[in-house]
Amino acid sequence: MMTGFPTLFYKEVLRFWKVALQTVAAPVLTSLLYVLIFANLLDRRLEVYPGVPYAMFLIPGLAMMSALQNAFANSSSSLIQSKMTGNVVFVLLAPLSHLEFLGAYVLAAILRGVIVGAGVLLVAVPFWAPTVREPVWLIAFCVVGTGTFGAFGLIAALVVDKIDQMAAFQNFVIMPLTFLSGVFFSIHSLSEFWQKASHLNPVFYMIDGFRYGFFGVSDVAPQISISITLACFATIFAIAFVLVARGHKLRA
Amino acid sequence: MTAAIELAGVNKQFGTLQALADVDLTVQQGEFFGLLGPNGAGKTTLISILAGLARADSGVAKILGHNVRTQYRLARRLLGVVPQELVFDPFFTVREALRIQSGYFGLRQNDDWIEEVMHNLDLTPKADSNMRALSGGMKRRVLVAQALVHKPPVIVLDEPTAGVDVELRRGLWAFIKRLNADGHTVVLTTHYLEEAETLCGRIAMLKEGRVIALDSAANLVRTLHSLQLKVRIEGVFPEQLRIEGVASLGDFHVIPLRDYDELEPTLSVLRTCGCRIVELDLQQPDLEDVFIHLMSRDH
Ligand SMILES: Nc1ncnc2c1ncn2[C@@H]1O[C@H](COP(=O)(O)OP(=O)(O)OP(=O)(O)O)[C@@H](O)[C@H]1O
Ligand SMILES: [Mg+2]
Repeated sequence: MMTGFPTLFYKEVLRFWKVALQTVAAPVLTSLLYVLIFANLLDRRLEVYPGVPYAMFLIPGLAMMSALQNAFANSSSSLIQSKMTGNVVFVLLAPLSHLEFLGAYVLAAILRGVIVGAGVLLVAVPFWAPTVREPVWLIAFCVVGTGTFGAFGLIAALVVDKIDQMAAFQNFVIMPLTFLSGVFFSIHSLSEFWQKASHLNPVFYMIDGFRYGFFGVSDVAPQISISITLACFATIFAIAFVLVARGHKLRA
Repeated sequence: MTAAIELAGVNKQFGTLQALADVDLTVQQGEFFGLLGPNGAGKTTLISILAGLARADSGVAKILGHNVRTQYRLARRLLGVVPQELVFDPFFTVREALRIQSGYFGLRQNDDWIEEVMHNLDLTPKADSNMRALSGGMKRRVLVAQALVHKPPVIVLDEPTAGVDVELRRGLWAFIKRLNADGHTVVLTTHYLEEAETLCGRIAMLKEGRVIALDSAANLVRTLHSLQLKVRIEGVFPEQLRIEGVASLGDFHVIPLRDYDELEPTLSVLRTCGCRIVELDLQQPDLEDVFIHLMSRDH
């Protein structure tokens, strides 16, 4: 039987692509500013791993952070807007399974995350010469990480009632999680307490693993990082699935 | 034959408010069915339960035999709903919105039908306009079109003519009647009672979540046995006609009659008492009278 999944996915992609200036170009520019400020200031003084200068260290982390943030932003803003304007009814009336509904939003979020991440890497080319040592790990961390945040964004949009609650969610949960994940520094440079604290943040493993894809070196073994990332994805996805299946705040 | 719509023992509560109370309702295939009731009666709630937008606390709802909870994908495929709220997706043009809606139902090569629907709803000139740029009535037409993209055998329209001009109203009903003639079942809610009276074969009246009447418009009107005889007379109004329900204003009198049989005797009393009839009008009740009568009565 023909399904509505490809159309919902296509619609979700079209939604951000039609306003790509705001959904893709803007976050890429923000990351470029970080690169300009931090990498230029600190490059000469820091070598994070042997033979890995600070700019090289910073750029993949920034790309991954932007990818995660934008994956979250995509599904969360799309669904909350549809809920607020009421046009989510068009999807709710359609014969989509819960998995199709969830999958379309999450895949679109992954795509936006990947596009933004790639954009960050691209504009940063003048500042570093990227070498990809472990492409499979790179792709795995990128896809599973953005998938996790895409599903997380869907959960956020399902549980909150208003746009300003969503803004709070973004500022108090997503920003700290992604900024305090070792994007700007190797956690080995931190005190023991903060090293331990960083290990509790799942985003740390996503960023660290993504970086491994480039350098073949990381703070934590990639096998451990991918396990944690996958476990995170499975948990978040399962919660999102239950909420969608229940029609939580979607169906009265 | 399987019923187009079947509701059995459906209850729905919002907090302490009983929005639907033990609703049993069957709509047969091919019917043009009216769902009437005052604001807050539960019409939209009932439709939402059919569409899976709301969940009944108890009871069963089926579309063409498919349970809307356990077989929701099949049930939704067979149902087209025009929502009451004027909602739209500001990201898309009319044609895009219709293609996307069609795609949600798994129909990706559906342009012929989409063009036909747009044509019938006079939307073709606006096909490439952004949804945001449409007037309210135009947005309503798009909502109707979206409900029809997958040619659903059961069509439910929740106040489709609210805020819609006369011309479209005619065009819309002509189109819906044609679909009905082609075998589509149509359920309609409206606050324009004459609309329901002319279009609908059967009508259910809902009040405070209960179905309080269910019959053809003609039969419903017939239950309201009050013809109204309005007369303007010269002379003194006979005392023996001052029965319950008579209203007088100067030489103008309104006499309720149970049926046509009472007409002749009433006129004969007027004549024998020496009244001269200057003006006479016999008014039959319409659906609106039935509606007001039913809604004002305690149930
Ligand atoms: N999501 C909801 N939460 C709380 N109460 C609700 C909800 N939806 C409907 N109600 C209440 O249920 C009752 C029935 O509402 P419903 O929308 O079904 O009425 P209606 O017959 O469609 O009225 P109208 O003619 O105004 O459209 C109303 O009292 C309404 O306030
Ligand atoms: Mg309503």
